[in-house]
Amino acid sequence: MHELIKFVPAFPLLGFLVLSFFGRNIKKEAIIGTIGSAAVGASFIISFLIFLSFAANPPDSPHIVSLFTWISAGDFSINISYQADQLSILFSMIITGVGFLIHVYSIGYMHGDRSFYRFFAYLNLFIFMMLNLVLASNFLLTFLGWEGVGLCSYLLIGFWYDKKFPGVRITWTGDAGNKAFIVNRIGDFGFLIGMFLIFTTFNSLEYTDIAGIAAANTSAFENTTIITIITLLLFLGCTGKSAQIPLAVWLPDAMAGPTPVSALIHAATMVTAGIFLIARNASLFALSSTTMSVIAVIGASTAIIAATIAIVQNDIKKVLAYSTVSQLGFMFVALGVGAFTAGIFHVMTHAFFKGLLFLGAGSVIHGMHEEQDIKNMGGLKKYMPVTYKTFLVAMLAISGIPLFSGFFSKDEILWYAFSNGSFLLWIVLAVAAFFTAFYMFRLLKLTFHGEERFNTKRIHPHESPKTMTVPLIVLAVLSAFGGFLGIPYVLGFGLFEHTNLMELWLEPIFMDANIILNHTAGHDIHLSEYVMMLISVAIALLAIKAANSMYSDNLEKSKKIIRKFKSGYSLLWNRYFLDEFYFKTIVDPILSLSRSFLWQFFDMKIIDGIVNGSAQLTGSLAKYLRRIQSGVAQNYAVIMVAGIILIISWMVF
Amino acid sequence: MSALFITLFLPLFGSLLLLFFNRRNTELIEKTTLGISLLTFIASLFLFLSFDPANPGFQFLYEATWIESMDAGFRIGIDGMSLLLIMLTTFLTPIVILSSKNAITKSRKEFYVMILLLQFGMTGVFLSLDLFLFYIFWELILIPMYFIIGIWGGKNKIYAAIKFFIYTVVGSLLMLVALVWLGHYCGTELLHNQQGFTSNYLIIRDLAASIPLEYQKWMFLAFALSFCIKVPLFPFHTWLPDAHTEAPTPGSVILAGVLLKMGTYGLIRFNLELFPQASMEYASLISWLAVTGIIYGALVAMVQTDVKRLVAYSSVSHLGFVVLGIFSMTAEGIQGAIIQMVSHGLSTGMLFLCVGMIYERRHTRDIDQFGGLAKVMPLFTVFFGIAMLASVGLPGLNGFVGEFLTLLGAFNSPFLNSHAYTIVAATGVIFAAVYLLWMFQRVMFGANENPANHNLSDVTKRETWMLVPIVVFIVWIGIYPNTFLKVSENSTRALVNKLHVIKFGTPKFTLPVYKDDQLLQDDLIKPTEPIETVR
Repeated sequence: MHELIKFVPAFPLLGFLVLSFFGRNIKKEAIIGTIGSAAVGASFIISFLIFLSFAANPPDSPHIVSLFTWISAGDFSINISYQADQLSILFSMIITGVGFLIHVYSIGYMHGDRSFYRFFAYLNLFIFMMLNLVLASNFLLTFLGWEGVGLCSYLLIGFWYDKKFPGVRITWTGDAGNKAFIVNRIGDFGFLIGMFLIFTTFNSLEYTDIAGIAAANTSAFENTTIITIITLLLFLGCTGKSAQIPLAVWLPDAMAGPTPVSALIHAATMVTAGIFLIARNASLFALSSTTMSVIAVIGASTAIIAATIAIVQNDIKKVLAYSTVSQLGFMFVALGVGAFTAGIFHVMTHAFFKGLLFLGAGSVIHGMHEEQDIKNMGGLKKYMPVTYKTFLVAMLAISGIPLFSGFFSKDEILWYAFSNGSFLLWIVLAVAAFFTAFYMFRLLKLTFHGEERFNTKRIHPHESPKTMTVPLIVLAVLSAFGGFLGIPYVLGFGLFEHTNLMELWLEPIFMDANIILNHTAGHDIHLSEYVMMLISVAIALLAIKAANSMYSDNLEKSKKIIRKFKSGYSLLWNRYFLDEFYFKTIVDPILSLSRSFLWQFFDMKIIDGIVNGSAQLTGSLAKYLRRIQSGVAQNYAVIMVAGIILIISWMVF
Repeated sequence: MSALFITLFLPLFGSLLLLFFNRRNTELIEKTTLGISLLTFIASLFLFLSFDPANPGFQFLYEATWIESMDAGFRIGIDGMSLLLIMLTTFLTPIVILSSKNAITKSRKEFYVMILLLQFGMTGVFLSLDLFLFYIFWELILIPMYFIIGIWGGKNKIYAAIKFFIYTVVGSLLMLVALVWLGHYCGTELLHNQQGFTSNYLIIRDLAASIPLEYQKWMFLAFALSFCIKVPLFPFHTWLPDAHTEAPTPGSVILAGVLLKMGTYGLIRFNLELFPQASMEYASLISWLAVTGIIYGALVAMVQTDVKRLVAYSSVSHLGFVVLGIFSMTAEGIQGAIIQMVSHGLSTGMLFLCVGMIYERRHTRDIDQFGGLAKVMPLFTVFFGIAMLASVGLPGLNGFVGEFLTLLGAFNSPFLNSHAYTIVAATGVIFAAVYLLWMFQRVMFGANENPANHNLSDVTKRETWMLVPIVVFIVWIGIYPNTFLKVSENSTRALVNKLHVIKFGTPKFTLPVYKDDQLLQDDLIKPTEPIETVR
């Protein structure tokens, strides 16, 4: 069954090729939409079949399916080969499953767009690249997917290339696409160098080889500089793709793309690639405690910083974007403290509820005729009942209300941050969780409740078509119940051996890493875990209450508070001036150095000065020497005599 | 054998044939030129198919006496690297000829004569196995290129043409001096042959390691200067932006596509092969210049306002990777350099074609004049986009393979012994994205606000025919580069073996032994023996 894995990426590739070559001639949107969705659906079915066979017979080691040699020169040789194991199949199912729903949703959302086929071609290409990223059996193929999803992200952010988009030094949507690609490239630099170092150290780029060598030589590698450098470089790549500090700046601007893109790429799948890469190399990362701490600290800082920014944003998609950055921070904390399963679990539940939130936002934007400012919304509940209800489910999930999916995954992260990490880490995440629930319910209040603050004469909000609402409902179900796949052991109250199916499923993947980290497989029940759980539920409820009361009278109370804390508000509103800081300290100096020094001075004055100068020197020398060739015979005779005298005197003396 | 002759001489024959055509009959001239170049391409395909990639030596060897007193001969033959570059030449020439239709408006007959003559010279450079023959082809190229820039160029064409000419001639003169000295030294000191001179590349190559380092150093520098100017390596690059900007589109394509590769080809063929010890001595110096060039070219490209000048500076950056790969002196690095030469020829060639297309429509290359072209030229956007992304080095397209291998080679090189080269060079990958994407954004995306751009036409059928074949190879090399990598793998390994034997005493790879190559070389060396006994 696992042999079929090579067909998982094949269908979206086929879809991309068919749509890009023939899409222009297909006039019916339904056909294009069906081709695009079916390609992803087929991949999901295959992934699911492999999943079933794995569930029946769990493999001890990954199955590798090799297609052909990609690059080979000298000692270096790398294959296009896919790796079927619990981790890759899980990701593949999330990507194709959520991807399929978003494709279906897009049929409705993109209705009437002049480049309808182009949109679906790009989406299919994205799924293909994303599958390469997670199914690859070696770093280089992952890198192909890694850069490939970056390309699709670039193409889709700037999809409406003639539309303006506000931002720091951003005029067009394409500028936001550029920013995303370039910031990611900075991370890719780390990935690339990391890869070179891995090849030098392990003499291979195959995941199984590297993990094998690392696990077999734990004592030789543990906490060595080389492992720390390798993992930090890879982590730099992760901060780019998964929008963590210091490279988090691109994701909010990526909202320039159509909303399904934000849901698929910038919430559910691509941005979790960083988490995947670390999980895939868990045993390598576990070898460096320094790197693990760095990951946890970066994750926690990103989680809190992004959450605070989200509180003041008024663009419905920007709120969600900062929320994504913040939630990704949570996942990194999980990885950093060695709770790999918890991190992956949150990737999955986040894909459900954040995908749903974005699609819901898309539905709102669609119904509001492209309005995105929540200050101009309100009272949409009655116009969009399905959107409202599904949105509410997602909100409860992300806020961590018990029994919704986010509760299980986020709570597990909080617990491990405390038990494996430190109290400080827990505090930071708990505060971030408070803000999360707060900004989410602020969003809910301002969008769906209260007065209608838009021009009711001009805008007639309406519920979205079936193609859009059905995916919403499916995702709402998953957001509500997806958490039961990972019920913490403590909530089984010691009665069941396996409450956490996720942990059971991923056990073989993280076995080596857990051994290195000394994490025992057995469970104890701590009273503190129940206490912590209650505290975090209390936090969420408190935040919801605060948001409810603050935005109950539309915007009056919040305006007062803004006036009171003007500088603090300005700091948050301007995203801590991070963009401005980068432009002033990095971009501008490089630009002016390149322009006025390298080009206009060094190239044009120094090098060309020498070149043209030597030409002029020759020219003026020639002008001088030319006078000798006067054509007057007497002069020649004089010079000749002088010459003869010179030669004779040189010979004599 | 005959395929090699046809590939070399058919363009020369074509350019002579064109002289007899009535200049007003441009249609016939165009068709003939295109036909000749296509036939040449077919001949080179035969060459490709009958080439044995397992053989690390030169194949299709042919020798004829030429100037006996200098032991100079008409000696030709190809190995994997020369085959790939010849294929690149024969592949690009028909495309260049197609692109001349609108780009060249005056004296078209003469232009086509020049193009075919240029092809003859370029092919000659890549297959000469004789120092003097090589030098003649090398200098022959200057003539048509000088005229192509000087006659069919833009506003500042005379300055650019003369700058190009002087720069290159200064380099080649030093090479000539070194070449004469080398022939003389090998003939008298090492071979003791009758003429006291040899111009036979294969013989000199086999003797090369025994030339004392102090002599090698001088000759290395003389050859390297000539080649580095051609590449162009920082800081000898300032002729390139002028030449590119002023040259007509077909000239730029040939210049970027093939001509620059003569420099990097020479660095491998002559500097590494003939002066191995000196190469190790200077590897770090040249590599640092290459790395500087990568960053410098990228930074300066970033602030250009003229699209063509931007692409020209990007060449400086991209060829830095090639030179870095070469002087890593590892199989990965050199293989990467070779595939990068081909890749750069395709993707930068295509970029110049695309820039040419918008220039023909708007008669300006000023980035500020454009914006939002995607709306009126959707298909063109796809082509331009692919070329741009290939240049950025996106995995799955051709540029990545070469960049990755050269960086990997430099990273692990036992000759450079430092990771610093790769780490600094890899930042060039970031900058490549900056300047190319930014340019693309400003030209193609945004709203189409300039009235002059409202009614631009999309690519024509002819233009599509020019670009599609390049796209095919851009994707092919990106996904399955082994078709091409394996052609030069063994000749590269042979070179790396030679370097390893000198430095470490043992070869790195085991290679198949081919009798024919050995025999021929033995035959060539034989006449020297009796002379020694006479003395």
